[in-house]
Amino acid sequence: MAELTSLTLKAALDGLNSKAFSSAELTQAHIEAVEAARALNAFVAETPERALEMARASDARRARGEAGPLDGAPLGIKDLFCTEGVASTAASKILDGFKPTYESTVTANLWRDGAVMLGKLNMDEFAMGSSNESSAYGPVVNPWRRQGSNSHLTPGGSSGGSAAAVAAELCLGATATDTGGSIRQPAAFTGTVGIKPTYGRCSRWGIVAFASSLDQAGPMARTVEDAAILLKSMAGHDPKDSTSLAVETPDFPSFVGKSVKGLRVGVPKEYRVDGMPAEIEALWRKGVEWLKDAGCEIVEVSLPNTRYALPAYYIIAPAEASSNLARYDGMRYGLRVDGRSLTDTYEKTRAEGFGTEVKRRILIGTYVLSAGYYDAYYLKALKVRRRISEDFEAAFGKVDALLTPTAPSAAFTLGENADDPVAMYLNDIFTVTVNLAGLPGMSLPAGLDAAGLPLGLQLIGRPLDEGTLFSLGGAIEKAADFRAKPQKWW
Amino acid sequence: MSQTADTSKLIKGRTGDWEVVLGLEIHAQVASNAKLFSGAAVGFGAGPNEQVSLVDAAMPGMLPVINRHCVEQAVKAGLGLKAKINLWSRFDRKNYFYPDLPQGYQISQFKDPIVGEGEVLVERDDGSSFVVGIERLHLEQDAGKSLHDQDPNATYIDLNRAGTALMEIVSRPDMRSAEDAAAYVKKVRTILVYLGASDGDMDKGNLRADVNVSVRRSGEPFGTRCEIKNVNSFRFMQQAIEYEARRQIEILEEGGRIDQETRLFDAVKGETRSMRSKEEAHDYRYFPDPDLLPLELDPAWIKQIEADLPELPDAKKARLISQYGLSVYDAGVLVGEQAKADFYEAAAKGRDAKLTANWVTNDLAAKLTAAGLEIAQSPIAPAAVAELVQLIEEGVISSKIAKDVFDRMWAGEGGAAEIVEKQGLRQVSDTGALEKIIDELIAGNPGQAAAVKDKPQAIGWFVGQVMKATQGKANPGAVNQLLKARLGLE
Repeated sequence: MAELTSLTLKAALDGLNSKAFSSAELTQAHIEAVEAARALNAFVAETPERALEMARASDARRARGEAGPLDGAPLGIKDLFCTEGVASTAASKILDGFKPTYESTVTANLWRDGAVMLGKLNMDEFAMGSSNESSAYGPVVNPWRRQGSNSHLTPGGSSGGSAAAVAAELCLGATATDTGGSIRQPAAFTGTVGIKPTYGRCSRWGIVAFASSLDQAGPMARTVEDAAILLKSMAGHDPKDSTSLAVETPDFPSFVGKSVKGLRVGVPKEYRVDGMPAEIEALWRKGVEWLKDAGCEIVEVSLPNTRYALPAYYIIAPAEASSNLARYDGMRYGLRVDGRSLTDTYEKTRAEGFGTEVKRRILIGTYVLSAGYYDAYYLKALKVRRRISEDFEAAFGKVDALLTPTAPSAAFTLGENADDPVAMYLNDIFTVTVNLAGLPGMSLPAGLDAAGLPLGLQLIGRPLDEGTLFSLGGAIEKAADFRAKPQKWW
Repeated sequence: MSQTADTSKLIKGRTGDWEVVLGLEIHAQVASNAKLFSGAAVGFGAGPNEQVSLVDAAMPGMLPVINRHCVEQAVKAGLGLKAKINLWSRFDRKNYFYPDLPQGYQISQFKDPIVGEGEVLVERDDGSSFVVGIERLHLEQDAGKSLHDQDPNATYIDLNRAGTALMEIVSRPDMRSAEDAAAYVKKVRTILVYLGASDGDMDKGNLRADVNVSVRRSGEPFGTRCEIKNVNSFRFMQQAIEYEARRQIEILEEGGRIDQETRLFDAVKGETRSMRSKEEAHDYRYFPDPDLLPLELDPAWIKQIEADLPELPDAKKARLISQYGLSVYDAGVLVGEQAKADFYEAAAKGRDAKLTANWVTNDLAAKLTAAGLEIAQSPIAPAAVAELVQLIEEGVISSKIAKDVFDRMWAGEGGAAEIVEKQGLRQVSDTGALEKIIDELIAGNPGQAAAVKDKPQAIGWFVGQVMKATQGKANPGAVNQLLKARLGLE
């Protein structure tokens, strides 16, 4: 039933509603697709029994006329989300075998609305990475390949499993998280749609923390509308998360297809960086033309502090991470390597449990918070963060949204940047500013490069104005008419 | 009040006098049914790890949510310490590794505490008083307990206390003797108990103090201080301070130098010993907790809390003095414990205020102390004390007989009037009966009667004989008057 996995989430929900097929059938088709796609390494845990059980329960609900907005739709869940009774490891050895007794708020919201869980998706360890290579389970392989090449490409990171699974049609949609671009960059690398909502839109409760002031959950899907449907279910105020916003969740899908006529869209001149491939520059211009054609007014804006964003991000995020990851000490759960003394046990456990990139960030974070360095690094970075927010505030005084490229390149070969962390960090250059300012940002596929790899455009909105992004995203999606799919090789 | 050197408090060294300078950090557990950030129950006597939530155990993805009640207690305490309430404060993470600290950091307030500067008026036993400046009060989480004595090869962890709310009250270095330090702690404890902000129970560890000790020659700048930890009773505090001051004086007199360090008080040996030096001191890498928003308080809420504050010790003392005409000393003793003052006011209603105060602060207090009881557990109710006082006031019994009646009341033989009737203790004021006894005495002891004429104070012998003959029931006033008349002393 290959055709069932090719459906959009919206089409699948329509099919379920019209009884064209059951959730059990839809879910079975996806389970088979997941099993057949193990070469992609997208899943760290498959839960077919649970999926079928949830699917049958969904069919029963639908029969009783009690179907929820996502009822029966099989989804993949990033391994950063704690799922009750199912191993939740953040793709880290240190959480090996950890099965939470609780369900994250975001996934609980999805199950409330009837969704079905296919399994847990691979990712960079603790969401730290831009290529999925830091996963303790090995990297996810991008379903896309360069024309005429068999080399394995990265699906991006950290939500590489989510992106690959959605692109390869292993699930109708997936949860993901974005701390510095972890939803948007993989979306761009895999020809999928991903949105990082406003900070506080989705509850962080039950999501393994990376950098608390930046982490935000969001969906990955194959269309803008699907992303809107998923986000509507995932979002909502949660009193268990002090940073969750006490606001109503808008009906996001209703924004898709709305006219964008008269909207003012800004193009930040600082995002034209040296060494950016001409194809990306060209695609960006194309995006501008599409929006003009749809009736938008294009305005050049300035975000003067953009160049300080990446350094500030790579101080703030590791600082928070160094503290957030202190709880993985081998005392209560996860990996424990006994040593001669308490300190020895701590050291052995953490040395063996954490991978290289996680260790690097813990070290950076510990350093920048240390006595004598705090003011020069952490405090300075907070000041930069404030300036970046002010840049955006000023820009949003003139425009309703911003259009930029998502990433400075298409998907690269696995291993290409593995020895150069700074080159890897540069992947986040267009995305981290959005996290620093807590704004909503969406990446959507807009075209292919010369090698046939997908490229993405990013839309950035005002706080809590995801609606406008869905409208603009819908307009670009329509104009770009992106129909390319990865050639199945797995 | 200035802290000029009081020569009586100086410590004599080999080379001259030294002044000890003391500052205290009091940790008081906030009276609350739930922990500071987790909602888990707080209670004494639960089995190990029975009061631990997912947040307290620092499970992945768990988030803190501030407990409003605990904030209210801190505000109350701040108002009770005549301190500035900061409408904007913030929680920071204090990072260090220890098994009884599951998060790997303590949530505390470092830079921006909820309460700023204040002051406490402290009375000494001799009736003099002094003022101690309060530097700040902040809220923080307590750690769990490490149990090292359960197994020779393992340490057990009990997380019941982990996450419990503490108020840390930091004083200025305004104390100059161990007695003053103890008096200060007692006063702060009294204020907290009056406010209901903490039960101040030192036996349960709900109020503990760290003492900063330094010594100097009068008039010189402050010396280097050492922080003494693990001081959990008034007796230990005095011992620790005295030991530590002597230790420092000896070093300085030998020409040595005091190293700033943290020292532990060993109650068994009665000495302090080095815990960690300044060089070994932790770098706690404080930074604002990104899981929590800044704490912003509504001035109207503070006003409401202020309006609802109970009468505090200083105000109560002033009122007892003016309303009941009590001495400063008696009023001080009564307000030292809220329950004692309440007991007194209930007993003194309509009775001789001074007499009632004597019974409450002397006889009753002595009995309670001997029995190890709190005033709230007194087997003799305020009304029963009032009944006894009334009998004395009305001349039904003498003060001397009253002591016997009181002993019987304590023994549970009934109320004062009932005991007086049953035991026939009513005072003999009947002049006829007394005259008969006196006449017989004078007739039987002519020599003594003659001697009184030259030595009037010898009348005491006759008084004693009359009392003996009446088993102490004679009204001493009446006896004196009659004797003087009969012996021709008037």
